[in-house]
Amino acid sequence: MSQLHYALFTGCTAKQSTPELLSSTLAVADKLGIKITILEEASCCGASHLQDFDQFLAHVLNARNICYAEKLGLTMITICNTCQLNSAMTKHALDSDPELKARVNEKLAEVGLEYKGTSEIKHFLYTLIDDYGLDNIKNKVTVPLSHLNIAPFYGCHNIRPSELHGSSNGNENPYNPRSLDDLIDALEGHPIDYDRKNKCCGFHVELQANHTSEVLAGNALLDAIDNNADIMVTPCPLCHLKMDTYQDSISSTMGRDVELPVLHMPQMVALALGCSEKEIGLNYHVTKADIVR
Amino acid sequence: MFTHKYRKITIKAFRFNAETDYLPYYKTYEMTVENHELILDLLNRIKWEHDGSFSYRRSCRHGICGSCSIKVNGKPVLACKENAWDMIDLFGDELIFDPQSKKRAVKDMIIDKGDFWDKHAAVKPYVEAEIDPHPEHETKMSIAQVDNILDADYCIQCGNCHYACPVVEINEEYFGPAAFAAAYRFSADPRDEAGVERLEMTAQMGQGVWDCVKCNECAEACPKEVNPIEKITRLHNLQFEQKVAKSNVATRHAEGFVRSIRDHGYLDEADIVLYSEGYLGMYKHLKTAIKMLKAGKIHWQDGVPFIDNMPKIKNLDEVKKLIKSSMTNKL
Repeated sequence: MSQLHYALFTGCTAKQSTPELLSSTLAVADKLGIKITILEEASCCGASHLQDFDQFLAHVLNARNICYAEKLGLTMITICNTCQLNSAMTKHALDSDPELKARVNEKLAEVGLEYKGTSEIKHFLYTLIDDYGLDNIKNKVTVPLSHLNIAPFYGCHNIRPSELHGSSNGNENPYNPRSLDDLIDALEGHPIDYDRKNKCCGFHVELQANHTSEVLAGNALLDAIDNNADIMVTPCPLCHLKMDTYQDSISSTMGRDVELPVLHMPQMVALALGCSEKEIGLNYHVTKADIVR
Repeated sequence: MFTHKYRKITIKAFRFNAETDYLPYYKTYEMTVENHELILDLLNRIKWEHDGSFSYRRSCRHGICGSCSIKVNGKPVLACKENAWDMIDLFGDELIFDPQSKKRAVKDMIIDKGDFWDKHAAVKPYVEAEIDPHPEHETKMSIAQVDNILDADYCIQCGNCHYACPVVEINEEYFGPAAFAAAYRFSADPRDEAGVERLEMTAQMGQGVWDCVKCNECAEACPKEVNPIEKITRLHNLQFEQKVAKSNVATRHAEGFVRSIRDHGYLDEADIVLYSEGYLGMYKHLKTAIKMLKAGKIHWQDGVPFIDNMPKIKNLDEVKKLIKSSMTNKL
């Protein structure tokens, strides 16, 4: 296999509140011999909220990010479901609407850039599975996760809308997703089955509709707990923030104790590949995750 | 030529009669399914070959009346449009039939859809205009104007998006994606005069578009490719374009992204909460903030005025320039 090389769009949380996501991603890539070039020029994807305010501006800024991956001639990979969705939505909109693409490019020309549509956009989870391969990952496991019942939590923006993601997420069935389950299997963990694994965590209305947000996160966490999960794992740092940080308030909303460590997908892989404690960065978790050791 | 193929499957169907049953239960039916059969055919066969009391709604069989929606293994489908073999390919040889909403079940697949119709009617899903009863000529619309509303107009009110929406389940006030798609469809109609009224209605916290959790369940559930969440985004944009948006935690949260991105390229996670909530609103987040501080997720300098603790992207000046030249809306 020739060396895999990707342009990494880190997103904002990996640069701020979830540094463990970035360090574990880079550690996994290093262990697997995947070359990563970080797109230091890339700005925020808008997280769907900038899109609510000004859709055109959001397209311009996302197209600019993609331009930098195109310049390198690389696939752009994401480590956040929401970055993935919003970048892919801009790509889809521009690739299917020449008039919009021309309007966006008129703006990008002011800063000497042009969006061409030559780079694919893919979440790191799917590059690990489709490009690197589960069997190859399995061969690299040094610390099998056989002591853990792991609840895969997929996060909305990697799996819906399926029509948009089909080509980059291996046609994942949003009603019965398999990728994270398969990855857990490859790391010799025990994936647990539960209804809410493909549901919403409520992160996006945390401020304006707090009750909705807490109930959604609570339903998912309790469903995982009731199905004997030791930990939850997610490919999305926004799901992670909601699920890891707010368990106290979720407990009072739900009227039940909610305590479940939540790992980022790359942290779980890093654990199984024997990466260092510093790289995995469990110290950054609000809900302590010592059980994984 | 069409080749007939057969597969043996098991169907587990939700059974419940609100008048006589204390709890719902599942009943299992074995059948051999041909590759041309629709989910609606399987519903018919349960009733005709197994149990005449099995109940479901159906009418047109042509994907237009919107009556026969159910959930198959959790996936909302219009039964007369969905090929049974496609579902077997997706879920294997055990199909589970559920009503759109279990908590609204009346009899088997039949639900009380009253909440859906009330909310749909509330957004005035019709053109409201002073129309000359004896017009000289038809009202002309440009192709662009038609394109702008066409996919929203495909809605058949089947309710799939409404009952797939997690917010509808939690918040009884919330209009839901179908009502929003209708609100957009008629507000964007050039003949209509109730646009601002609908925008104001759908801008209200609790019932309006700001409570949308962005899960995309509605887009996934729609059998007519209405893409309700895209219409929700358009309603958000229209609120700003038509100056209906009032400054509140949600609108500031959307607009506040510009301020962060202009200054750093990245979203400033502390500033966006502060800017959206205001200093007085921050008390709600104190407990969480302390926990995040302890874990090293945030730092004491974050959000403190005049201390810039934020990482910056490379070539930030490009972003500043693009925001200046491309931003069209204001709060």
